[in-house]
Amino acid sequence: MATLEQALGRPVSVALPSSLWGTALRRLLRRRSAIAGMAILGSLVVIAILAPVIAPYDPIEVLIGVEEVKLREAPCIYLLGCSTDRPQHWMGIDGNVRDQFSRVVYGTRLSLLIGFTTVGFAIVVGVALGSVAGFFAGWIDNVIMRLMDVLLAFPSLLLAIAIVAVLGPGLQNALLAIAIVSIPAYARVMRASVLAVKESEFVVASRALGSHPLRILFSAVFPNAVTPLIVQGTLGIATAILDAAALSFLGLGAQPPTPEWGTMLGAERNQVFTAPHLVFFPGLAIMITVLGFNLLGDGLRDALDPRLAARGRQALPERVKP
Amino acid sequence: MTQYVIRRVLSSIPVLFGIALVVFSLARLIPGEPCTAMLGERATAEVCERFTQEQGLDKPIPVQFLIFLRNVIRGDLGTSIRFTRPVTLILVERLPMTIELSLTALMISILIGIPAGILSALRHNSATDVATMVGANVGVSMPVFWLGLMLAYVFAIVFKDTFLQLPPSGRITAGLSATPFYEVFGWELVADSAWFKVNEFFANLYIFNSIITGNWEVLKDLLRHLILPAVALSTIPMAIIARLTRSSLLDVMGREYIRAARAKGVLERNVVMRHALRNALLPLVTIIGLSLGLLLNGAVLTETIFGLAGVGRILFEAITARDYPIIQAFTLVIAVNYVAINLLVDLSYSYLDPRVRLKQEA
Repeated sequence: MATLEQALGRPVSVALPSSLWGTALRRLLRRRSAIAGMAILGSLVVIAILAPVIAPYDPIEVLIGVEEVKLREAPCIYLLGCSTDRPQHWMGIDGNVRDQFSRVVYGTRLSLLIGFTTVGFAIVVGVALGSVAGFFAGWIDNVIMRLMDVLLAFPSLLLAIAIVAVLGPGLQNALLAIAIVSIPAYARVMRASVLAVKESEFVVASRALGSHPLRILFSAVFPNAVTPLIVQGTLGIATAILDAAALSFLGLGAQPPTPEWGTMLGAERNQVFTAPHLVFFPGLAIMITVLGFNLLGDGLRDALDPRLAARGRQALPERVKP
Repeated sequence: MTQYVIRRVLSSIPVLFGIALVVFSLARLIPGEPCTAMLGERATAEVCERFTQEQGLDKPIPVQFLIFLRNVIRGDLGTSIRFTRPVTLILVERLPMTIELSLTALMISILIGIPAGILSALRHNSATDVATMVGANVGVSMPVFWLGLMLAYVFAIVFKDTFLQLPPSGRITAGLSATPFYEVFGWELVADSAWFKVNEFFANLYIFNSIITGNWEVLKDLLRHLILPAVALSTIPMAIIARLTRSSLLDVMGREYIRAARAKGVLERNVVMRHALRNALLPLVTIIGLSLGLLLNGAVLTETIFGLAGVGRILFEAITARDYPIIQAFTLVIAVNYVAINLLVDLSYSYLDPRVRLKQEA
């Protein structure tokens, strides 16, 4: 059998075939921000899973009569010189005489859950709307996208507040509100992806062969839309966590005694001058979590965006042409 | 160009109509009888009946919507149920506070964000660059309400009795007041006239008012009050602006015409300032426009923390108290502003970027 080398009469070096995702993963692991983001999120997931092991107390247990502690007592850490005959409380005691550290640890579970459920819901609805709009075009497209424009015309938090006002305060309704206000972003991404591949030859060919539109959607459109959706979703989780915390802070989200960071912050906000630790730690926890998702989202965007990858290739020294 | 402007302006009309519809229905969807919510224990069946009649709440919903639309077009935004005052007057009082806060925050974020982004791009991959980008990432991840509270704690308690001490809440020290400029100038205004409202609006922009009346003591006090909320509010847009400036400048610096400018011996400073920045800052127009939405989001929270009587605060209170006219009017004003800003951004883009302009004309 005549090989390429024989045909050309010289040795040919062939790059190892690599899958799209393999390349993306390798590129991702080369980015410091992505590594940092994954490290933060990995630790948070571990904390969330092991919360009962890590937290020294029950997050809603009132310590009156259990220990000699005072209301809103400052943190007592043995390593920092707190007397060992006192009970150790890493982040102090909150306004209901509960261990703040245990509450912050348990709050991790809720925050991650909030991020994933809201964005999951928004992606499902957004993708459905975006595909319908992009696929069928015409008036359906117009109606859906103008509706999205209207949703985008309101500052997201204000719209979420109004929706919660309609539905009534509570964690579930707050999550629904945040999910609704984030739908337009995914609908737009999905519609753009649909439009980008709709007229491509392989889709036209597939259609000519009589494929069902749904089959085209799943086999041709989705694979092309996954990348931007992953990036948008990761960054979206960061925003969702921030917005949920803001709603809870305003008293519209998770209700006490749920150990939710925003609720904890809101409950103690008037005590910031006398007991700043009760405001500092939950806020720090929100910031670290959001930072993790933002870093990972940025890293993913850089790793998955083919345009950036192409620019990266240009920067390499030009290969000697055969 | 004119054709494009007209088309673009016309295309925002359906969106505006949609906004009016959403605003109206949201207010109607809020559960609970407005009468009992407003009047509390005084709400007997008899009183309630008169109340719903006076407010036009007994008419069919579509009719209520049409009346609402007609009144909005006439500039009549109704009367607040809670304050029993015209909503336009309340807008004139509250809007200036939020405008001052947002614009100051936007200014801070531009004045720090753009230079930080430029520095970061020019020293690509240096320690400065890494530090700026880490800072920017932390900036976008910080909850505004947390930062606000921590700033208040640090500057009011930790720095107490030093020159860095700043007031943790309020807009102006109690006892001080800004005399409206029209009184200082001795203008005679008819109360409740449209012209009076316009003047009142500008007088409520306290900073503007104290500058044109030359009241420096009040101005200093206002700025001392404004700085913490404005800084808290500015972090997210600042971080976004810094990141975008950096990536945009890096992109432009790699272009051929920059190489050409360098090759003909243009000073590096001029290459950056005259050749690169002009093009690099173009995308910022969009981001700055979009930031105004972010600022309004943050304003609800900052106003709550710093005890400022602005738009965000009153809207939040109105939603919980079911004050329909206020909810409708304020969300409407905010959303219309948002649409107007987007329109301006689009139009300025086509003005600033000849490529966009030519494409539209073609």
